[in-house]
Amino acid sequence: MTTTDARTSGRKPAQLVDMNWDPITRIIGNLGIYTKIDFANREVVECHSTSSLFRGYSVFMKGKDPRDAGFITSRICGICGDNHTTCSNYAQQMAYGVKPPKLAEHITNLGEAAEYIFDHTLFQDNLVFVDFCEAMVKATNPGVLARAERTDAPRGDVHGYRTIAEIMKAFNPFEGEVYKEALKVSRITREMFCLMEGRHVHPSTLYPGGVGTMPQPSVFTDYLSRLMRVIDFVKKAVAMNDDVFDFFYEALPGYEEVGKRRILLGCWGAFQNPDVVDYRYATMNEWGKAMYVTPGIVVDGKLVTNNLVDINLGLRIMLGSSFYEDWVNEDPFVTHDPLGNPVDMRHPWNQTTVPVPQKRDFEGNYSWVMSPRWYHPGTGEHLALDTGGGPLARLWSTALSGLVDTPYVKATGGGIRITLPKGEKLPETTLEWRIPKWSNTLERDRARPYFIAYAAAMALQFLEEAMGMLQSGDTKVFENFEVPDESIGCGFHEAVRGVLSHHLVIRDKKIANYHPYPPTPWNASPRDIYGTPGPYEDAVQGQPIFEENGPDDFKGVDIMRTVRSFDPCLPCGVHMYMGKGKTLSTVHSPTYGANHG
Amino acid sequence: MTTQSGTTETRADAPRGFDEITILWISEGMSCDGDTVSLTAAGQPSIEDVVLGLIPGLPRVNLVNKVLSPSLGGEDFLAPYRKAARGELEPFILVIEGSVPNQNIIEGDGYWTSFGNDPATGEPQTLNWWIDQLAPKAWAVVAAGTCATFGGIHAMAGNPTGCMGLADYLGWEFKARSGLPVVNVPGCPIQPENFMETLVWVLQHAAGTAPPPPLDHMLRPQWLFGKTVHEGCDRAAYYEQADFAKDYNSPKCQVKVGCWGPVVNCNVPKRGWMSGIGGCPNVGGICIGCTMPSFPDAFMPFMDEPPGGTLSSMVIKPYGAVIRRLRGLTNDMVNHEPRWRHNKQKLTSGYDPHWRA
Repeated sequence: MTTTDARTSGRKPAQLVDMNWDPITRIIGNLGIYTKIDFANREVVECHSTSSLFRGYSVFMKGKDPRDAGFITSRICGICGDNHTTCSNYAQQMAYGVKPPKLAEHITNLGEAAEYIFDHTLFQDNLVFVDFCEAMVKATNPGVLARAERTDAPRGDVHGYRTIAEIMKAFNPFEGEVYKEALKVSRITREMFCLMEGRHVHPSTLYPGGVGTMPQPSVFTDYLSRLMRVIDFVKKAVAMNDDVFDFFYEALPGYEEVGKRRILLGCWGAFQNPDVVDYRYATMNEWGKAMYVTPGIVVDGKLVTNNLVDINLGLRIMLGSSFYEDWVNEDPFVTHDPLGNPVDMRHPWNQTTVPVPQKRDFEGNYSWVMSPRWYHPGTGEHLALDTGGGPLARLWSTALSGLVDTPYVKATGGGIRITLPKGEKLPETTLEWRIPKWSNTLERDRARPYFIAYAAAMALQFLEEAMGMLQSGDTKVFENFEVPDESIGCGFHEAVRGVLSHHLVIRDKKIANYHPYPPTPWNASPRDIYGTPGPYEDAVQGQPIFEENGPDDFKGVDIMRTVRSFDPCLPCGVHMYMGKGKTLSTVHSPTYGANHG
Repeated sequence: MTTQSGTTETRADAPRGFDEITILWISEGMSCDGDTVSLTAAGQPSIEDVVLGLIPGLPRVNLVNKVLSPSLGGEDFLAPYRKAARGELEPFILVIEGSVPNQNIIEGDGYWTSFGNDPATGEPQTLNWWIDQLAPKAWAVVAAGTCATFGGIHAMAGNPTGCMGLADYLGWEFKARSGLPVVNVPGCPIQPENFMETLVWVLQHAAGTAPPPPLDHMLRPQWLFGKTVHEGCDRAAYYEQADFAKDYNSPKCQVKVGCWGPVVNCNVPKRGWMSGIGGCPNVGGICIGCTMPSFPDAFMPFMDEPPGGTLSSMVIKPYGAVIRRLRGLTNDMVNHEPRWRHNKQKLTSGYDPHWRA
């Protein structure tokens, strides 16, 4: 059971109101969040997350040429499609037995770094922060805004704003200074991306076996000059976010409970180390640990494993509340992995996707999303891991492993040290992200600007190494290969909002089975066959309500902050019911909503 | 956020257009939201320039888009869509993003994609219902991206949803209230500036400051899709010299390693992806025909030479080989400086101040 226990002391008789948000705005895709809120005890007692879109990638990719997979799967996502292409190429490289030249890895890493910087900036400053901006706080917590006007911003020397309220004002949509600057920064960083991957969001220069990007000095110069143009913005963003989030803890005691869940984080690793990676399954644990973001599964604050083979073998795709037929009686595609370990029938390699469109029923099936879980061999639990929106799991996993040690980024066990060079106005700056006490809404959001800094710092290293290779005359970026008659492959990567894996089975040189597992199925999954809710549901369920509005003009900002903290990217959807909710029968149930057995 | 609009009269007798217009954007087709994300990449002009009234000759624009909406979502966000469906919001431009699924193949109560709920029943409201309600009332209808224009990736062979493009769904002869057909801006995703430019033209037309945008037989803006990738490609000269890349390590023409540029209608190599940066074949990405009605099936497998490429590259070989050699000779010649540039004591440039014809 992974639900967070509800607080059960000193409860009043419940006053339950149905509140729905469908579609949820300022996210990618369609997501609906359906809740029951107890206004007497100011708490969310039940939450269902539903997505209302099915497109059928796993269905229509069958029988196609496997080399097309990277081009096709990019179209799964309109903000991080390149993460899919990259991950697909990782899986294909394993299946074809090809290792791209080192320079191709640097170019791919540079493209992905630009994507992280762009995507996190656009999402944090133009979508998430609207929930923390002056206009929103005025409408939901006027008392907090009044306090923010009286509170000095501790890091004003870095970002230039005197009070917390001034920072909030700078994030007002379409008018605030930072909101507008972030849009411009998101364009400069997308130009960096286009230099490496051709275009955004569906890259044109990434191939299995390498890249088509021409490694000329000007490509790297153009990238570097743009990176240096945004480096001070990155430093300022970290300072502004820290000020605002620290203030929220202070102004609303107990806010750490918002969106808090048991620490169950997954990270599949990012930025291959070109000197180590060979894409063979047999050596996957070694090259996985050599990545510049370390893969890992963190349970209750401890590292369970950082071996990609263990991570792979523990994957279980569960049904329970989704609009699909089970595949458990089909023939398996893969009974054993290349090392001889047995592969479960519920592993993506063996999955068959059979859509069954049907009426939405919150007591039965209610979502087009399945329920990915990770089987913990030590405890026998099927864990509903979340990604912490991406950055939280990446930083946490990397910090605990303590393996990353580069000139710009160092994992210290208790945190991550990131050094950014001098910019136009701000000096060289060393930032330190420390492992937080909670896996909650504010910490998911706080991690995001730190990971922007992390990606920018790593980009500097990749640039230096790539330029060094180019200057020594090493310009090979593509390695040829043959598609084998029969093969399997898996790719592990970090999409912007968290874990991403692609699982591929080839027969007769064609795709026999292909299942991508992006972060959102992990985060947005509905209740599985055991009744375990998915992370959005679990994080919202039981969270306190701090908004000052009552049921009649309730906006649900605390709930939306929680959902958005995961960086939902559903090319699928969420709705919110605004205004007068439907009052349910008032029941006295002290532990209602604590556990769904 | 107020603007003086419709101030630039093009002709004395021009009808005055609208002072204000709403854009209702629905990305709940079968989409990845990549066209909305691409829209935010445009800087020429940017979406905030349009919304803040910084572009002359436009009406005041109210943009309603899920990804950018400051609202919290749900009914608050859906209010303008509901108002338009009731016929109480005029004028508006309807933008559809994503493929339109075929609901008719579902037996029973299921749905492929929905947008909000039916207030009466609480059941998901299908995208198809919204299109049926809104398209006949819209002043203009725009399809953003290849999914909405022609069906795109989700409509490839073997797809389970029977999806299609917006004009396939509404009928190619459909006309919005302005008399404009569906305005198709293909691209997977849309090239940011191509889309913004088209949108601005439609908005100018709404303001009465411009005629309708010229569209081709597939309802695409003529000035953007009238030429092929090859006609704007940096690497086209290599083709003319029959100098082809054999793999992706080469800066030369990629037609033998999967590029469909010679037969694809798209201006991306000419224009770049954003602010002139990137593109596809220019920077080493094969053209996979993502703007085309037959995308993706006609172009798969993407990394193999297009069938027509074999013949055309064979035909150009003898000519290209000769031309390349001749150019090589001439190039060598023009790489030498003339003889009179030296540091000796005598001037040999032919200087003569008294020269007469």
